[in-house]
Amino acid sequence: MKVLMKGNEALAQAAISAGCRHFFGYPITPQTELAAYMSKQMPKIGGTYLQAESEIAAINMVLGASAAGIRAMTSSSSPGISLKGEGISYMAGSDLPAVIINVQRGGPGLGGIQPSQADYWQATKALGHGDFQILVFAPSTVQEMVDLVSKAFDKADEYRMPAMILADGMLGQMMEPVSLPEEGEKKLPEKPWAASGHQGKRTHNIINSLYLTPDKLEALVRERYARYETVKEKEQLCEEYLTDDADLILVAYGASSRVVRSAVNKAREKGLKAGLIRPITLWPFPVNALQKAASHAKAMLAVEMSMGQMVDDVRLAINCKLPVHFYGRTGGMIPTPAQVLEQIEKLI
Amino acid sequence: MAIVFQKPKVLTDAPMHYCPGCTHGIVHRLVAQAIEELGVEGKTVGVASVGCSVMCYDYFSCDMVQAPHGRAQAVATGLKRARPENVIFTYQGDGDLAAIGTAETVHAATRGENITVIFINNAIYGMTGGQMAPTSLPGQITQTTPYGRDVNTAGYPVKVCEMLSTLDGVAFAQRVTVNNVKNVNMARKAIKKAFQNQLDGKGYSIVEVLSTCPTNWGLSPVEALKWLEENMLPYYPLGVYKDVEEGVKVK
Repeated sequence: MKVLMKGNEALAQAAISAGCRHFFGYPITPQTELAAYMSKQMPKIGGTYLQAESEIAAINMVLGASAAGIRAMTSSSSPGISLKGEGISYMAGSDLPAVIINVQRGGPGLGGIQPSQADYWQATKALGHGDFQILVFAPSTVQEMVDLVSKAFDKADEYRMPAMILADGMLGQMMEPVSLPEEGEKKLPEKPWAASGHQGKRTHNIINSLYLTPDKLEALVRERYARYETVKEKEQLCEEYLTDDADLILVAYGASSRVVRSAVNKAREKGLKAGLIRPITLWPFPVNALQKAASHAKAMLAVEMSMGQMVDDVRLAINCKLPVHFYGRTGGMIPTPAQVLEQIEKLI
Repeated sequence: MAIVFQKPKVLTDAPMHYCPGCTHGIVHRLVAQAIEELGVEGKTVGVASVGCSVMCYDYFSCDMVQAPHGRAQAVATGLKRARPENVIFTYQGDGDLAAIGTAETVHAATRGENITVIFINNAIYGMTGGQMAPTSLPGQITQTTPYGRDVNTAGYPVKVCEMLSTLDGVAFAQRVTVNNVKNVNMARKAIKKAFQNQLDGKGYSIVEVLSTCPTNWGLSPVEALKWLEENMLPYYPLGVYKDVEEGVKVK
């Protein structure tokens, strides 16, 4: 059965369905409905909704809950995610899983509250200090928000690393029909590493990111990066739309990919061979699909709601084999299909 | 041969890195002793904070989590909310608890989180080499107050027990020290009570322990104890600042 849900609420319900019973947040627009939904539902199912004193405190509550071995989540929007960066770095350094939602808005600074994709670099490259990555999923529909939250929890646990859902104000605020996963207690993975109390049955577990001996720290970071290689090999996700015969491959994720899809359809009506590659994982970036497309296409065009961030990864993915162009709007502006079509017409 | 005195089992055999004369060792012992006497080691999780005591995760034999600087009580909140049946304590210094972590401290306290907070106040940043702490005394010379702490520019010390005792969420706040046997005994009782309160579900309990830092104070261990007695005790009076017998949670 399908129900009509707002993106933000769907994210929250999906987390509950994935076995998350602990949510820690701090109010910020445009993720508001997510926290409100949690505050309403969690008490009914014996879960915890806690409004923290700051985003910093919220992510550290998630750190504590995750260290205890349970599924925990926090959500925020761009300026709040900057504050969470510290905690996320510590979680990465302590090999702790969790899901962090970013319903992006315009920046920098206080920026605006309209949809944006200007946190791509932050999410995929510079969320905090030190050598680390997190999993980054980019839904483009409300249904995909539901599906990816569940996947994010599973993959975070599997690889013992934080995972982010990088959404935006448009996806968070829009309503679409969704199928929700079957209710029922999901079997969650065992976490023998957790600081859950040793009950006298094992030596003490230590959740820690401090290593004062450089060779030990380097070895641990290298072990983590070996895990990242596995992630890159196994977890790349993207959707390819009309790419087989395309001369121009457009690359777009999330909200902007919806606009691009319309533009590609309009281009096809005019006989222009445009196609779309829509990354679903931003880290790992779907390098394989882009490389494959680069072998037959003539050019690529990245379309983003930013001044151009993912476009760098497109160039790197295909090793600059094709010309890679960029079109973007920023500050909360959403490109129109007509504007994207105009770019396509210029390039084909 | 009868054993009349030994190290609590809740302390591991890892060699401690603390400087000679530092009182961390005594307080570690008292915390370990409380956990052992209450028989809760198996369900206790400690939170180590950034500062000299960060490596206490190696010294306590219960499960341990190391928190980002200042965030110990937020981490403890997450641990406790995840597993309310567990006993959660934080072990924090003055820079961690009363400067960078003030918000986390005040809000864990005002929420009445059912946790135990061990607060080491030695009026200085030890691990980074002796900078002014939020609790450094007026006139105190540190690396970053070389002319003495000038309250006109650097402000006044934070009196943590006094401040937190104004919050409705705090069940128990006591300031103790460990400069002599009598006071060590008083500290032992306070720390055990702060753990017992958690078992009884009474809510937020904090024990502030006035401590020495001979290395960064530039004094011998004996001189440091004397300095504490002459300077810290008058500014930070020992005593029970709050003790809500029935606890702070509305039943």
